[in-house]
Amino acid sequence: MLTHSELERIANELRIDIIKAIYNAKSGHPGGSLSAIDIITYLFFNEIKRTPENAFDPDRDRFVLSKGHGVPALYAVLARLGLIEYNELMNLRKLGSRTQGHPSYQDLPYVEASTGSLGQGLSIAIGIAIAGKLDKKNYNVYCMIGDGEMQEGQIWEALMSAPKFKLDNLCVILDYNKSQIDGYIKDVMDLEPIESKLTAFRWNVMEIDGHDFDEIEKAIQTFKKILDKPSFIIAHTIKGKGVSFMEDNIEFHGRAPNEKEFEQALIELQKLLKEKWVKQQG
Amino acid sequence: MGKATRLAFGETISNLGEINKDIVVLDADLSKSTTSYIFAKKFPERFFELGIQEANMIGISAGLALSGKIPFCCSFACFITGRYDTIRISVAYTKANVRIIGTHAGIGIGEDGTTQMGLEDVSLMRSLPNFSVCQPCDEIETRELIKYSIQHKGPMYIRLTRQSLPVIFNEDYVFEFGKGVTVAEGNDAVIFATGALVHEALKAHEILKNESIGLKVINIHTIKPIDKELIIENAKKFGLVFTAEDHSIIGGLGSAVSEVLAENYPTKVIRIGLPNVFGESGSPESLYKKYKFDGESVAKTIKANL
Ligand SMILES: Cc1ncc(C[n+]2csc(CCOP(=O)(O)OP(=O)(O)O)c2C)c(N)n1
Repeated sequence: MLTHSELERIANELRIDIIKAIYNAKSGHPGGSLSAIDIITYLFFNEIKRTPENAFDPDRDRFVLSKGHGVPALYAVLARLGLIEYNELMNLRKLGSRTQGHPSYQDLPYVEASTGSLGQGLSIAIGIAIAGKLDKKNYNVYCMIGDGEMQEGQIWEALMSAPKFKLDNLCVILDYNKSQIDGYIKDVMDLEPIESKLTAFRWNVMEIDGHDFDEIEKAIQTFKKILDKPSFIIAHTIKGKGVSFMEDNIEFHGRAPNEKEFEQALIELQKLLKEKWVKQQG
Repeated sequence: MGKATRLAFGETISNLGEINKDIVVLDADLSKSTTSYIFAKKFPERFFELGIQEANMIGISAGLALSGKIPFCCSFACFITGRYDTIRISVAYTKANVRIIGTHAGIGIGEDGTTQMGLEDVSLMRSLPNFSVCQPCDEIETRELIKYSIQHKGPMYIRLTRQSLPVIFNEDYVFEFGKGVTVAEGNDAVIFATGALVHEALKAHEILKNESIGLKVINIHTIKPIDKELIIENAKKFGLVFTAEDHSIIGGLGSAVSEVLAENYPTKVIRIGLPNVFGESGSPESLYKKYKFDGESVAKTIKANL
């Protein structure tokens, strides 16, 4: 178990990796990768604890990234855990790479499912969770969805079905960064009130700050205790979190930084790391 | 280089919106990419943003069409044709006058990879009764096709590119629905091409010319209903037919040409397209090389089979 300070440091180091990978690729989705990285870091380091040795263990916890365009965050974690090479992360989106623009199960099975056409990953996660129940396994299934993604009809079909099967081994995390491509969620197609909709659908609903490791941990520990129903964590996040000019900036939903922006982003993230962690140690 | 055909669509539809008040445009969180945002800015009251809800958008378009509107229903080719049963019943079987705009055709989109690439869309849409399937190859043809589509009766699928394409037609170009267009003459081989691959076929034409091989290039903007007479006539003349498309070879232009020839004038057909695989990430150029879509590779394929 890593301390929350260690997790925070790793997540911010991974933010640098994400920015580098997207900059090298000259395309990709920084906004939704940066909003998701804290939660994905927590899950992989303190819950799923994936290693190259247990990567295909039938008892492993699963993580399905339904919002597949956020995959640089997942690749960054997989690289840090030694499941893929660092240079594969830096070859994001290049011809022949396993680090495809969106998660490709046929190229890189660690992603657990091919996603990137929004709306589909949650149903797959439900299938994996049902199989876990059938096989009397103890694994948990975590699935991250986007808020824009949550507008898809299939998501609501999935939300209706998981409580029916009493999937207390399923935890959905909504990366609620409030925006999509054409604008803010509330303007494009509002989802609110999310909490009461999901409660009505018989989910165990929790609401947290998705960048606060104390809150992330508390919600996940609660999920693990709740019986007979699936959990849904509404994680309030900031799109582009960690890079000032990307934060809450729709332009960086799906565009790589240019050279100047790239350098600026690195300066900001490195400064943060230095101030918070080097000082702490010294 | 000219414009991407998606941009020519956005500009044209926003101009047509002034003349025809029945035109309505719908999008599913991709208005910047499909370029429907141009119409949205000009006619916000006739633009409907659905968020990421392709199936709902298609159904709403059908309802609008049944009530006398002319809906242009926009998203990436893969996502919109991915809602196949909705298109099949609500649009095709209902004969709703919807124009489905599928942008980001083929591996030509590059780095985003398979999940964002329309690779089977023509195949899917071609098999639906009542549907017409069109793919223009430059900005002028796109403009004329979109103008034509306003008066067309019945549902249409229009496939557009993300990438910019050269301009090959003049301002006075006349779009003739259902008719192939010869864009380069030649006496040694013939290739039917559509969309972005028309330009690669034209490059092949230039390369082969230097080797004294004459390649006739025919642009097929209407894949359904296809120009049967033109295909049969050229098969008779050349005895061998090539096709090229940025799409799976299963069910696309190559299949359409093969079907015509199998029934009317059995002729060998060599299909350039994606061979029963998904796409992948990479730069558009590297992908076109890998899958032998680029002009040089097209020229090689033709030479190797003559
Ligand atoms: C079915 C489908 N429709 C459209 C898209 C194109 N697309 C990619 S990302 C995106 C916006 C996603 O917004 P959100 O889920 O909120 O993700 P985030 O803000 O976390 O990046 C869209 C529309 C897609 N990938 N899949």
